[in-house]
Amino acid sequence: MAHAAGKLTSQDFQSDQDVRWCPGCGDYSILANVQRVMPELGVPRENFVFVSGIGCSSRFPYYMNTYGMHTIHGRAPAFATGIKASRPELSVWVVTGDGDGLSIGGNHLLHTIRRNIDVKILLFNNRVYGLTKGQYSPTSRVGMKTKSTPDGSIDHPIDPLSFALGAGATFVARAVDVHAPHLQEMLRRAHAHKGTAFIEILQNCPVYNDNEFLEIEDRKQRVEAALPLEDGQPLVWGADDQRKGIRIENGIPSVVHLGNEDDPVSKGVAVHHERHETPAYAFALASLQRPAFPVPIGVFRAVEQPTYDAMLTAQVEAAVEKRGKGDLTKLLRSGDTWTVES
Amino acid sequence: MPAKPTQEIDRVAIRFCGDSGDGMQLTGTKFTESTALAGNDLSTLPDFPAEIRAPAGTLAGVSGFQIHFSSHDIRTPADQPDVLIAFNPAALRANIADVRPGGLVIVNNDAFNKGNLQRAGYADDPLPALRDRFRVVEIPATSLTREAIKELGIGSREGDRSKNFFALGLVYWLYNRPMETTIEWLESRFKGKVLEANVRVLKAGYAFGETTELFPTSYIVPKAKIQPGLYRNITGNTALAWGIVAASQQMQRPVFLGAYPITPASDVLHEVARYRHFGVKTFQAEDEIAAISAAIGAAFAGDLAICTTSGPGMVLKQEALGLAVMTELPLVVVDIQRAGPSTGMPTKIEQGDLLLALHGRNGESPLPVIAASTPGDCFYAVLEAFRIAVTYMTPVVLLSDSYLANSAEPWLVPDVESLRRSPVTLRTDPTGFRPYDRNPDTLARAWAVPGTPGLEHRIGGLSKEDGTGNVSYDPRNHEKMILLRAEKIARIAQEIPAVEVFGPDRGDLLVVGWGGTHGAITSAVEQARAEGLSVSSIHLRHLNPFPANLAEVLSRFERILVPELNMGQLTQLLRAEFLLPAQRLSKQQGQPFKVTEIRKAIDSMLGGEKI
Repeated sequence: MAHAAGKLTSQDFQSDQDVRWCPGCGDYSILANVQRVMPELGVPRENFVFVSGIGCSSRFPYYMNTYGMHTIHGRAPAFATGIKASRPELSVWVVTGDGDGLSIGGNHLLHTIRRNIDVKILLFNNRVYGLTKGQYSPTSRVGMKTKSTPDGSIDHPIDPLSFALGAGATFVARAVDVHAPHLQEMLRRAHAHKGTAFIEILQNCPVYNDNEFLEIEDRKQRVEAALPLEDGQPLVWGADDQRKGIRIENGIPSVVHLGNEDDPVSKGVAVHHERHETPAYAFALASLQRPAFPVPIGVFRAVEQPTYDAMLTAQVEAAVEKRGKGDLTKLLRSGDTWTVES
Repeated sequence: MPAKPTQEIDRVAIRFCGDSGDGMQLTGTKFTESTALAGNDLSTLPDFPAEIRAPAGTLAGVSGFQIHFSSHDIRTPADQPDVLIAFNPAALRANIADVRPGGLVIVNNDAFNKGNLQRAGYADDPLPALRDRFRVVEIPATSLTREAIKELGIGSREGDRSKNFFALGLVYWLYNRPMETTIEWLESRFKGKVLEANVRVLKAGYAFGETTELFPTSYIVPKAKIQPGLYRNITGNTALAWGIVAASQQMQRPVFLGAYPITPASDVLHEVARYRHFGVKTFQAEDEIAAISAAIGAAFAGDLAICTTSGPGMVLKQEALGLAVMTELPLVVVDIQRAGPSTGMPTKIEQGDLLLALHGRNGESPLPVIAASTPGDCFYAVLEAFRIAVTYMTPVVLLSDSYLANSAEPWLVPDVESLRRSPVTLRTDPTGFRPYDRNPDTLARAWAVPGTPGLEHRIGGLSKEDGTGNVSYDPRNHEKMILLRAEKIARIAQEIPAVEVFGPDRGDLLVVGWGGTHGAITSAVEQARAEGLSVSSIHLRHLNPFPANLAEVLSRFERILVPELNMGQLTQLLRAEFLLPAQRLSKQQGQPFKVTEIRKAIDSMLGGEKI
C-alpha cells in the first residue's frame, strides 16, 4: 500500500526475502543503516530504485522493499543512468563492489561519474572477490595470497576515491560498514547532493579477507588509524596527548606532530574544505594510506555542477518550447515531397 | 541553336563513382531527388569505403552511388549500370567490370594523368581498349569547371571541389531532369562565392550537354504509373528513425534510444536526436553494453526503449539481452547488419546475424525476431517491433542491413490517422499484484514501473519463481519458467499475419527470402514466371516465431530455394523446423544479390525447362 512520505519506518524498507550473506558480513550493517536512513529522506517509498550488478553486495536490492534491479556484472551504473534519464523524479541508488565496480564495470563507473548523473553509488570495498570464493580484486594489496594468486598478487591496486576524483566526481566520501551514525550521515549527504554521489564503504569480508580494515573498524585502534574529515576543521587526529595533523605542500602530504597547546593551523596543518574547485586537494587526501598516514573518513569533495538528467530534461523542454510539441504528420511531410495524381 | 532530339527509354541505371572526397554520394543523392520529383520509380545503392579519406586516387578510396529509375515498377538498383560516370582511373578500374556491354562510360579525362593511372594500377591509358566494348565519352570536367568559375577568383583547389556538379549538370541534361531542387538546395546550404561557383558549374555541365557534339541525343524516361498519393524519398535509416518517433506518438509513451556510434547504424541516432520536441530522449553511451543497459533501465522505468547497432555491437549486447529476456521487459534492438565476422567490411552488406539474433545468448532465451524488407518498410517494421515488445513484455530484435539503411526509394507517406494506435497500459492497481503473474492470453507479465505506490518489486537475472518473481533455485520451477517464456514467444504466431505467396499458391518452386533481398528476389521470380516457369516467392517478416501458415505454404511446392547473403542461416532453420530439403543460394561479397544470380538459381533448380 501507499505510504505517506515521512511516516515510514525502517521496517517499511525490509523486503520479505531472507538475507543470505555470510554470518559476520559487513553488508548486514550497511543494509540496516540504509534501511534506517531511507524513511528520513522525505521520498515516497515507491520513488526509490536500487540497482546492482553481480557479486555479494549486489544481492542488496532483493532485501530492500523498494523498486529494484539486480542486473549484470559491472553494468549497474549504466542501468541506473537509463532509469534516471528516463525518470528524473526517482531516487536512484547503485550498489556495487570493488570487483563489480572497478574491474568489469570500471568503464561504466567512469562515465556515469563524469556525466554527473544524479544517482547515488555505494561501492562496498572488501578488497576481495567473495561470491566467486576468494580471488584477489582490483583493490587488493600487492602480495595478497589468494586461490588465483598463490605466490601473491602482483597487480597494483586502484584506490576507488582517486578513481572517482579522476573521473570528475562532484561528491566523494568514505564510510565504514560498522560506524553506524557516520555511515548514516554520509548516506544523508549523498542523498542531498545533486549529481553523482560516490561513497566507498570499507566492508569486512569475514570469510575471504577478514579484518582487512580492523584498525579502522575497531573503536580503539581507529583513533590512530583514521582521520575524521569535517568541513572547515583542521586535518587532525590521534589521542588527546598525541595529536597529529596533515600538512599538504605542493600537493604532497606530510605528518605534523602537535603538542597539547599547539594551534594546528599555525603549525601548517591543512584545513579541510569540501568545495575546492579543483580536485587536487581531494586527490592528496585520497593518497593517504596506512601505515604512514591515517585513512581519511568522511566527505572528501562536494561541489555543485549541472547534472546530466537535468540538462537532458532541459533540452527536451527547450526543444518543445522552441519548435512546439512534435507533430508526426508534419514530420512525415517535411522536406521534398511530390504528389502522384490518380 | 535548335534543340537536340530526345529519345524515350523506359529505364536506365547510372553509377557515379570517384574518389571518396569527390562528393559522389552527394551527387547521387541530388540526382535521386530530382528523379523522384520527375515522377519515376527508382531504387538506389550507395557503395562507399569505410575509410573517411583513403589515399586519393587509389582503389581503396573509390566511392560509388548507383541509381536505377524507370517508367514502370522497379525493385532493385539494377544488376548492371547502363551508364558509368568515373571521376578518376581508380573509379574506372573498380567499376568497369559491372557496366552493361555497350553501355555509356563518361570519364573525367583531366584526371587520367600518369600519377593517377599508376595509383589505379594501370600501366597504360585504359580508355582506347574500352572503346571496343563501350561508348566512351571523355570530358575534361576539371578544366571546364575551372573555366566556368575563373572570374570568381576562387583557388583551384577549392574550385575543383565543384566538379561533381559539372557531371550532375551534364546528367541532368542527358536525362531531361529539372535542376531547380538542386539549385534551391545549394542556396540553402552555401553562400557567396561558393554558392555562385556551384550553381555556375552545375549550369555549365547542363549547357555543355546541350552544345557538345559528344551527345547527339538526350533521353526521356516517362513518369511511372504508381499508386496515387504523397511521396518522398526515404532511406531505411531515416524510415527507421521516423518509425521510432512515430512509435512514441502511437503508443503514448516516451522513447529512449541508447546507442553507441557504429557504422551503418549511427545515422539513426543522429536523426532521432533531432526530434527532442517529440519528447524523445537519445543517449550516446560509453559503449554498446552501456547503451543496451541504459535502455533496459529506461524500459524498467516505463519508456519505449530501443537500441540501434550493427554486428559487433550486437555481439556485445547479448548478455544484457538475456537479462531483458529474464526480466521480461519490453525492448527493441535493431541490428543493421554489415559484412562480418569481426570488423569485417563495415560499409558492406550481409545477412549474417540471423542466427546470432536467435541464438546468441547463454541458456534458453527465445525472443521474437523480425526483419525489414525495403527502405520504407523500416518505418513499419520498428512500429511492429515495439508493438510486439510491449504486448508480450519481451525484447525484440529487428534486423535491417546496410543496403536497406543507405538505399533510397520513393515512399508513399502514410496518413498518421491510418497508423495503428496502441496506447500502452501500465499496471497501477496494487490489489493482488505479483510481478510475474501473467496475462492468460499473451502470457505477458504486467508492466509495473517505479513511482507506482504499492507495486514495489525487484527483478533481476537470477531464476525467478513463477508468480512472485522471487529468486528461486527450485529445479521444477526453473524448467517451468523456461517453458513459460518459450510458450509466450511461440504464441505470437497466433496473431502475426499469415505469410502471403507472391504468385500462384502452389507449384514447382517456392523462393523464400527475408530482409533486404526482397527486391532482387521478387524481380527474379517475376521474370521467371513471365517466361513460363512455375515459381512463386514468399518473404518473411517474422523469423521467430514463423507465421502459423508457413508449414502449410511450404508443403504446396515441390522445391524450395532460399537466397541469403550468408551461408544459409534461414535455410538451416527451415530444414530444422520443417524437415524439408530447402536449398540455399549463398552470397557473401558485401554486395546485394543481382537479379540474374537468383534467376540462374531458379533456372538451375527447375532444370532450365519451361513448362
